[in-house]
Amino acid sequence: MKNAIKLLRITAFILFVAAFNQHANAQATPPDAPDTGPTPAITQPMKSMPEMENHVFLHAMLDQFEGRTNTQSTAFRWDGEAWTGTDMNRLWIKSEGTIDKGSMSDGDHEALYDRPIPHMRYFDAQAGLRADLDSGPTRLWAAFGIEGLSPYSFEIAPTLYISDGGHIGGRIEGSKDLLITQRLILQPQAELNFYSKDDPGRKLGSGLSDLDSGLRLRYEINRKFAPYIGYVYTGEYGDTATYTRQSGEPTSSSTFVFGLRLWR
Amino acid sequence: MSRNTLKSRTRTRPLSRRRFLQTIASAGAITALDWQGLPAFANTPQARPGMIEGNHFELAIESVPVNITGHQRISTAINGSTPGPTLRWREGDTITASVTNRLKVPTSIHWHGMRIPTGMDGVPGLSFPGIAPGQTFVYSFPVLQNGTYWYHSHSGFQEQTGLIGAIIIDRKEKDPIEFDREYVILLSDWSDSNPQTIYSNLKQDSDYYNYHRPSLASFLSEAKQKGFGSTLSERLMWARMNMSPGDIADVTGATYTFLINGQAPNTNWTGLFQSGERIRLRFINGSSMTFFDIRIPGLPMTVVQSDGNDVEPVTVDEFRIGLAETYDVIVQPKEDSAYTIFAQTEDRSGYARGTLATREGMIAPVPAMDPRPTRTMMDMGMDMSKMARMSGMSGMKMAGMDMSSMPGMKKDSKADMQGMDMSSMQGMKMDGHDMPDKKMQNNAGLGMMPGMKMGSRDGKTPFPQPGPSTMPIIPDAATSATNMNSANSTPVKMHPGPKVAMVATSTSGQLSNPGAGLDNNGRRVLTYSDLRARYRGVDQRPPNREIELHLTGNMERFIWGFNGQTYPNADPINLKLGERVRIILINDTMMEHPIHLHGLWSELENGHGEFNPYKHTIIVKPAERVSYLVSADTPGEWAYHCHLLFHMTSGMFRKVVVS
Repeated sequence: MKNAIKLLRITAFILFVAAFNQHANAQATPPDAPDTGPTPAITQPMKSMPEMENHVFLHAMLDQFEGRTNTQSTAFRWDGEAWTGTDMNRLWIKSEGTIDKGSMSDGDHEALYDRPIPHMRYFDAQAGLRADLDSGPTRLWAAFGIEGLSPYSFEIAPTLYISDGGHIGGRIEGSKDLLITQRLILQPQAELNFYSKDDPGRKLGSGLSDLDSGLRLRYEINRKFAPYIGYVYTGEYGDTATYTRQSGEPTSSSTFVFGLRLWR
Repeated sequence: MSRNTLKSRTRTRPLSRRRFLQTIASAGAITALDWQGLPAFANTPQARPGMIEGNHFELAIESVPVNITGHQRISTAINGSTPGPTLRWREGDTITASVTNRLKVPTSIHWHGMRIPTGMDGVPGLSFPGIAPGQTFVYSFPVLQNGTYWYHSHSGFQEQTGLIGAIIIDRKEKDPIEFDREYVILLSDWSDSNPQTIYSNLKQDSDYYNYHRPSLASFLSEAKQKGFGSTLSERLMWARMNMSPGDIADVTGATYTFLINGQAPNTNWTGLFQSGERIRLRFINGSSMTFFDIRIPGLPMTVVQSDGNDVEPVTVDEFRIGLAETYDVIVQPKEDSAYTIFAQTEDRSGYARGTLATREGMIAPVPAMDPRPTRTMMDMGMDMSKMARMSGMSGMKMAGMDMSSMPGMKKDSKADMQGMDMSSMQGMKMDGHDMPDKKMQNNAGLGMMPGMKMGSRDGKTPFPQPGPSTMPIIPDAATSATNMNSANSTPVKMHPGPKVAMVATSTSGQLSNPGAGLDNNGRRVLTYSDLRARYRGVDQRPPNREIELHLTGNMERFIWGFNGQTYPNADPINLKLGERVRIILINDTMMEHPIHLHGLWSELENGHGEFNPYKHTIIVKPAERVSYLVSADTPGEWAYHCHLLFHMTSGMFRKVVVS
């Protein structure tokens, strides 16, 4: 019963955001919803310039905004990023986290400076800070990563982290869009985390600690608004799994997901 | 002379411009023609562009509500209409145009293709400061040319929101093109989205408006045609490069409605005629991001002018008009019926449509759009050996693989000169291959107008537009000898990086290729090599140097530029006043770019020698190598850019300084 109420709440929240996102007069027919809302922030061109390559853009992408539900539980997860800047200099904010039974886990937030890598077509270098802020103890990391598009259009983002406690972490994220039709898109996605040392406070073990992988089928009503359904497998490994087992929780789960992919 | 004292007066177009009243029957017919299932709505009539003629013009720029698609939006209008009024000038007059800015942001008007002093060219930040809100700027310049041109804003994205209009310049002498009636056909692309949103969307996802990406569904239908193996290998080849053969247009019918004289396809702009009349249609592509392929089913079109300059008449069924280009055609409908002016976009995501009819309300069938073209490995500038292994490359265009195999070559030995590469061309010139003809012309010219000699040409700038009475400027032997020795160009070395996604390893001349989607369609389609100037070019000197520029870009990042550089980081191109240069453009991208040089003519080297056409905007196809000659006869700072609005904005722009 409790779960059902929670599920309803999450659904209502998602629908609220959906309604908010879709403009009042948006039609499903034209792929580009008529835009009456605020336009993306673009600075005025410099007075002396005949045109304005150095526009400042602001974008936000919520890739995962979803309920994850199976027979045992329902959790809410988000994973998104926003950036602002020009072609060559950008500030990125990334945020992800899971809310399950009133507590937030896996809350990880990054602020990164991003710049295209010289002589590379599709990859950017990123450097900045990561803060693990959730129900557990707070950790701070320096972050160094690259993010971009590999051949065959795989989105890949490996990042290296060095914590204030001298720990080293690593993360690889990857995804790919497989177009079934122009609007129906299947997206396999995976995120892997590694740590150099155990962190009992956050119940993280050394080595490969966890995997979050999913297969999502979304329908792009327009590019900025795409509901999806999918299947997610999460697993914990090594000492991380041990910590989890000690607290009586399962170390892996398979869940049905439903959510929205949103852009601004 | 009385003309010069004429005050501006408004008159109606030669023909009734009453709005086509939609009867219930025709409304039904139109509903059936609607593309993409858009609901047919009663379209509110837009203020229609009128025509103003004279030599003084009062133009007010303001925001005006419009309703093109059923939603009210704000356009940037001139004297209350969008497109703005057609301005009719007369060659030889001095024009003043006082332009008042009633917007909240700066504005400008650029007179596209006009050979005028740099301060009147209307590019903010380059040749003038722009027109601040509430201010009036008075443009004033002598009109030294004739033909069909247009004007548009060079500020922000105002061009996209409607600040465009046609210019017709009547010639001093009797017009050798005979016609009974004329219409301006000004094509444009309208979006209900704010252009800043479009630009921002493209930066986030360059495929944002592309609903023809490779998908499983398209794979299956392709595999049925071409076989599983070859479809798969082709797909993988594109995928490895993170590119797609479906990239034809960056902004498409997904957001655009395509207009003729401001009218959407369902409102159907109509021009009336009486059967048997010769009608001159002045086509102008005033769109921001769209190439149009134009035909009038049942009516052959005789192309008589391109970019304001007369060309030898050539009759075609269809032609492609690049952004900012103009083509004048003559049609002569003999039947007492209606004809559809059908302008489908290159990516076939929509069309603009109008009608020529003998009575209001008559309509003709609207043809189905042609199959959508796809890019080939050749468009990517892949080299031939790799290409040969590719199967299913039906779209390959082999004609004109190098400059010397252009069709003009065989027909006309004189034409050889221009088409060949620099060294051989000049060598042949000096051999006297082409000289006797020209010498005669030269002598005649000198006899009549001694001032036309090389040495005094500075006093004669700008050089006149070619016409029946213009005399060519012929180099003297000494100058051309020096020129020849100094003729060289330094090839630009390109490296892939964030601003350059690809470098074509194999480029070729493609002047006799009508363009993607137009080859082998069973119709006679105009090509650039068909354009032969009606009058001999004015400046017959060989170029004294070559400037090689690569058109580059990174589609994924939506960054465009020349030689891998975006505008703010690039040095200007410096030309010496009076010099003659050859500009060689090499397209390293997989899209067409219409390249526009302000203030000076671009003489396309398409194999017709002295009769190479004078243009102001030149389309460069994917992996194409095009050359043209420029006489730097007008001092000043000139804009040089791709006319795709969002390509220009994202960096494909240069300053050309003539001093």
